[in-house]
Amino acid sequence: MTTAIELAGVTKTYRTKQGDVPSLRPVDLAIKRGEVVAIVGPSGCGKSTLLKLVAGLLPASGGAVQVNGAAVTKPHRDVGIVFQQALLLPWRSVLRNVMMPVEVKRLPEAEYLQRAHALLKMTGLSGFADKSPWQLSGGMQQRVAICRALVHDPEILLMDEPFGALDALTRETMNLDLLRIQAETGKTILLITHSIPEAVFVADRVLVMSERPGAIVASYEVDLPRPRNLDMMGDPRFAELARQVRTHFHTQGHLD
Amino acid sequence: MISRVSAVAKPVLFLLLLIALWDLSIRVFHVPPYLIPAPLDVIQVLIADWPDLFAQSVPTLSATLLGFVASAVIGIPLALLIVSSKTVEDYVYPLLVFSQSVPKVAIAPLFVVWFGFGLVPKVISAFLLGMFPVVVSAVQGLKSVDSDLLDLARGMEADRWQIFRMVSLPSAAPAIFAGLKVSVTLTVVGAVVGEFVGGNGGLGFVLQRSIGNFELPTMFAALVLLALIGVVLFWLVEWVEKLAIPWHSSQQKSFNQGS
Ligand SMILES: Nc1ncnc2c1ncn2[C@@H]1O[C@H](COP(=O)(O)OP(=O)(O)OP(=O)(O)O)[C@@H](O)[C@H]1O
Ligand SMILES: [Mg+2]
Repeated sequence: MTTAIELAGVTKTYRTKQGDVPSLRPVDLAIKRGEVVAIVGPSGCGKSTLLKLVAGLLPASGGAVQVNGAAVTKPHRDVGIVFQQALLLPWRSVLRNVMMPVEVKRLPEAEYLQRAHALLKMTGLSGFADKSPWQLSGGMQQRVAICRALVHDPEILLMDEPFGALDALTRETMNLDLLRIQAETGKTILLITHSIPEAVFVADRVLVMSERPGAIVASYEVDLPRPRNLDMMGDPRFAELARQVRTHFHTQGHLD
Repeated sequence: MISRVSAVAKPVLFLLLLIALWDLSIRVFHVPPYLIPAPLDVIQVLIADWPDLFAQSVPTLSATLLGFVASAVIGIPLALLIVSSKTVEDYVYPLLVFSQSVPKVAIAPLFVVWFGFGLVPKVISAFLLGMFPVVVSAVQGLKSVDSDLLDLARGMEADRWQIFRMVSLPSAAPAIFAGLKVSVTLTVVGAVVGEFVGGNGGLGFVLQRSIGNFELPTMFAALVLLALIGVVLFWLVEWVEKLAIPWHSSQQKSFNQGS
């Protein structure tokens, strides 16, 4: 079985006191194991909603969400999540933040401590294990958040605009880091982003969503070779893909 | 270190200035001592009657401390109940607010009728004044926990208790401590109210007796001691706060507001 994430006719309507807010039209989506999929779409179209459905943080209003062939009804251990804000707990050191999922899931501490240190090393944070989160830059904080999402070795990494709060240069570095991590670990990645270049640069496949209630309106295979480097952003194929993705937003209005 | 000393020295200096102004205005405006005593008279009483005043402080301090501990030990779990259950919130919270509007001085004699003249009615009076700010601030703190943080914890499959222990309680700690600081000064008031109505001891009793006998210097001396108790307890809570949540004072604002 090679399908990591499968959505079949999934819809979501938020019920609020002011009335119903339909946020997702029926979405069909299948993501293969080890695949990197980026989702772009206008603000408020339901991207975070989609991600929360996969994470089991929200119940779907209709349709079926499956991860590794099992129906998702509540949070589960096959995913690690990275949010737009690093969301590190200031009362924990960097290492204790990374170890939080291990504590919560009551996994063997000693074994995963090694893993946590290895992850910090892989993201260039070896010397910062005992620091407090606020002593780190925004980019470093977000790298800690990535380590935390990976520490229990989930098969899938869900990322909701993980680099949106970073400056352009840090963002490029983080994109390279992410590609390196993916190459080393073979994780399945669902990346939500506002940046078309980021989506094309990182992903195997870019999905475009429509305005709320969101639906997937287009899908582009990115046939740039791996490993990728920043020079590829000058590649004509890269420019052409980015242009095609961008046309959706010009016809719809704006991206953000 | 220097800034620490001056942190204590500054209010002391200001206090000395106020005392000097007090002394000066009594001399300038010829305020008779049966209206306001001179600072020196108060200090004299403090020194001369020190053994008695000290002995009277002990029951007041005990009632205050017990009332404060009860406020925290009952108030924080009550806040937790209110936050975690809509039913409890709907039924209990309004009653709590209502109970706060009942003047404690008016019902304090009841406690004497029920519990006699011992420590218990004073502790209850202190507790009734001290608990409310703890509950209100703890409810507010627990309710304003960042919902993204809650999603983060839920996404890790954390159960309710883990979420409370690892996320909600530390997030709400600064608010809870703010409530505890208000509470500790109010419990002093509560203890004194208890002593007013049912006292044959304690600084509240000294206050009432000295007013009755027109011993204004003694009355002021008792007031000074009460204020001192309040300030010292307040500092103690602040000190515990610094130990318990060191990340709060040392973390930069920019961290919380997101990068
Ligand atoms: N808890 C909620 N209750 C009611 N409506 C909600 C809730 N969460 C989201 N929505 C609505 O659902 C829609 C989709 O929200 P969602 O957060 O998924 O958008 P998004 O694509 O992630 O937006 P952005 O790019 O700004 O992050 C929005 O219009 C929003 O108003
Ligand atoms: Mg979003």
